[in-house]
Amino acid sequence: MRTVRLAFSPTPAHVRTARLVAVATARNAGVAEGILDEIRLAVGEACSRAVSLHVQHKRSELVEVEFTDGPRFEVVVRDSAPADQALHADLAVTSPFVAGPAFAETESEEEVAAGVGLALLTGLVDDVTVTPATDRDGTVVRMTWESAAR
Amino acid sequence: MELSLTTRAVGRHTVLAVGGEIDVYTAPQLRSELIRLADAGFAHIVVDMERVDFLDSTGLGVLVGALKRARAAGGSVELVSSQPKILKIFNVTGLEKVFNIHASVDEAVAAG
Repeated sequence: MRTVRLAFSPTPAHVRTARLVAVATARNAGVAEGILDEIRLAVGEACSRAVSLHVQHKRSELVEVEFTDGPRFEVVVRDSAPADQALHADLAVTSPFVAGPAFAETESEEEVAAGVGLALLTGLVDDVTVTPATDRDGTVVRMTWESAAR
Repeated sequence: MELSLTTRAVGRHTVLAVGGEIDVYTAPQLRSELIRLADAGFAHIVVDMERVDFLDSTGLGVLVGALKRARAAGGSVELVSSQPKILKIFNVTGLEKVFNIHASVDEAVAAG
């Protein structure tokens, strides 16, 4: 098992950095080329979620991302937002999220982004969990994909 | 990295060609441009995403916002993309039922 860790200030510009590292480490872990786009998108969504939680709750701590290869390629994104509020917001999104034709009339841009972000995470990643952190305030998004680890 | 945003008129439509990655960082640029066009009275917008490499939930939120503004003003927003990875994002989220997505600008202009 080999690990890459990344920690970044909660600003939108660095979400792109996390995506670049995600693709590089996934490729290195032997993940099939065909799912790299999904990993890029899912890691981006998990990091965007973390950044917006930090902004919303005025937390300046770094967002932490850990990439580990093994039988499955694992990505863990940790934020420092109040877990109960963050998870409550996640649960407020209809599950499964599917936009209906009237959707555009009723939801705000932010609500759309939040709902769509979770829809992409759960729709694209077979194995994804969002749980409260056990060692501090915050939530943990854990995702894994099949790989051909050497 | 900035988004590339260029506009041209095709009949009564304004075609906004977007290039690059539409994400949490660049989505505000797209939002401002769409608002600028709406404020300038361009009611029928075609967003050409053929040169978009990446689209995330923030970008989708901005597109939904543009659609709402256009409908409120009696206008329209048509999308153009033939890229499977972009189309998949609309499918997974159900937004393919909210937007008209066309394979080419010509098709979008003819429809809208």
